[in-house]
Amino acid sequence: MYRYDEFDHTIVKERVTEFTGQVKRRLAGELTEDEFKPLRLMNGLYLQLHAYMLRVAIPYGTLSGTQMRMLAHVARKYDKGYGHFTTRQNIQYNWPKLKDVPDILADLATVEMHAIQTSGNCIRNVTSDQYAGVAAGEIDDPRVWAEILRQWSTFHPEYTFLPRKFKIAVTGHSNDRAAIKMHDVGIIIVEGENGEPAFDIYAGGGQGRTPMVAHLVGEKIAARDLLHFMDAIMRVYNMHGRRDNLYKARIKILVHALGAEEFARQVKEEFAKGGAGDDLKLPDGEIERIRAYFAPPAYETLTDSDADYEKALAEDKAFAQWARTNLADHKVPGYAIVNVSLKPIGGIAGDASDAQMDAVADLAETFSFDEVRVTHEQNLTLPDVKKSDLYEVWKRLDAALLATPNIGLISDMIVCPGLDYCDLANARSISIGQMISERFADLDKEHDIGELKVKISGCINACGHHHVGHIGILGVDKKGVEFYQVTLGGSADENAAVGDIVGPAFTEEQIVGAIETIVETFVANRRDGEIFLDTYRRIGIDPFKETLYAAA
Amino acid sequence: MAQHINKKARFHSLTANRLLDGEPVYLTGDNGWSEVLTDAVIADGKDEGAKLMDIAVQAVKDRHIVNPYLFDVDVDGDTPKPISVREQIRATGPTVRLDLGKQAS
Repeated sequence: MYRYDEFDHTIVKERVTEFTGQVKRRLAGELTEDEFKPLRLMNGLYLQLHAYMLRVAIPYGTLSGTQMRMLAHVARKYDKGYGHFTTRQNIQYNWPKLKDVPDILADLATVEMHAIQTSGNCIRNVTSDQYAGVAAGEIDDPRVWAEILRQWSTFHPEYTFLPRKFKIAVTGHSNDRAAIKMHDVGIIIVEGENGEPAFDIYAGGGQGRTPMVAHLVGEKIAARDLLHFMDAIMRVYNMHGRRDNLYKARIKILVHALGAEEFARQVKEEFAKGGAGDDLKLPDGEIERIRAYFAPPAYETLTDSDADYEKALAEDKAFAQWARTNLADHKVPGYAIVNVSLKPIGGIAGDASDAQMDAVADLAETFSFDEVRVTHEQNLTLPDVKKSDLYEVWKRLDAALLATPNIGLISDMIVCPGLDYCDLANARSISIGQMISERFADLDKEHDIGELKVKISGCINACGHHHVGHIGILGVDKKGVEFYQVTLGGSADENAAVGDIVGPAFTEEQIVGAIETIVETFVANRRDGEIFLDTYRRIGIDPFKETLYAAA
Repeated sequence: MAQHINKKARFHSLTANRLLDGEPVYLTGDNGWSEVLTDAVIADGKDEGAKLMDIAVQAVKDRHIVNPYLFDVDVDGDTPKPISVREQIRATGPTVRLDLGKQAS
């Protein structure tokens, strides 16, 4: 894992001191709310429905046991005993007091954590594949490049006041688990010259009120040119991105207005100018220095099958059910990737109590080389667990209510906080997710339905990624009453697509029944081996419209 | 700021968040601030609403509250009842965590 150097320590400590002073001046009346608001947002502090909300950065979703323990400590000491993991692999606290925030940031800084780049019109926390470094078939570890991008983007003076927020995601695998094509810039590591990593760079993706899939604007960009090429993209955006209209300020609008080809041409022209010239080329030594932080841990030499594990699978049905959905193949024989579901049936997606965070920290330290990942689908991952330890890990997860066997199934939803917490929301999301989860609680039924990604947002800002849900649900407000619009066929993977609106919105009472009708229509039409998305792509939207609205 | 009043609505109350902790508070008849919505003073019509907002603007300057706005209410005797789901949730707490927010105390 990356460890702070003297520069990182200095900038984080200086930021804590600076914000402590700003809070003090705000409370003393030396700063007005208008003056203070942009400052607090630069430190991840929002004002929501019931209280302030603090968003803490977890760069590319990777953290140590000690850091997870600190997140638990913050929840316990300053909040109400829980936190909410987000689609940007961060954590949010829903109840901090303004006067406590400087102390929270000071505590976080002791374990190399902060709230920088979690808000405001800057380059946000870079996200990545939760299986980075451990998935079989990976071209290169995306954490190396995400960390390089973090160092480049943090407090970059040119990119502190962009037209709008800017989100970057990196993956090193052809199976995209980081939704890179739905980002302002998405980066896929590919094989370059002489076995070196190179980058296919996509720009102009995003969700919100104008969902768009990103376009390829740079092909096989050499590793040492990564920052130079990113600078070219940022400069074209900074120069031509619209600052006159909040809703047209994201890079996707610029890419769309210019056309992807013209945008790519301008980026290449900017790139050819050289910018700061060779200063922007990444030195080999620097790449290797960062890479060393992500060196594989000391894996044991094991056979891939483990007799105790096989025995437990055969004898314990609940363990076998969990293993079937919550484990993923590891690149090293004898190891597995463990997914920790934060989606208990009828629970709140992404929420974890302080005790659960401590339990995961314990497991990471004891069984997974002291590393935890946060997934953009609001779950956690223990990346390096020996197969011989899986039964014990499962038992401990189960004791902490963290062993719901549903990864990738219908109850494993992305759900935004919605109107239960969020100042921008138009409708509740969490309660809808809970009702759907309970309706499909029968595990055999969930398995029969197979992979099905339901994503729920409480407003058009799309924090719940509804546009890319196989089934997407968008909460809307009609004269103070909550309604839910449904989209079908969206996807956030390597074949990214924006879902199609199926028809008129449903009431709160109708929505779960509508989801059930959609699932039944899929089951009635599917062919052997098809998941929901396959069937939808084959038969289109009409059969779903018919079953949903025929009675009306 | 989002619009929380309907042009046709007659009765409004005024809410804000307390600066120190963000707690939703309501302007009361004696120009104080209460955590309880049913304590809120009711403005009948636009002009009375504007007067409440003047008081709130001063309270912002005094660093007591932030983000003040008027919202629609129904009147039940002397008691305001919020019309929107949003204000109902603000006045009580998350509907999915009945142990949290105002409803918990």
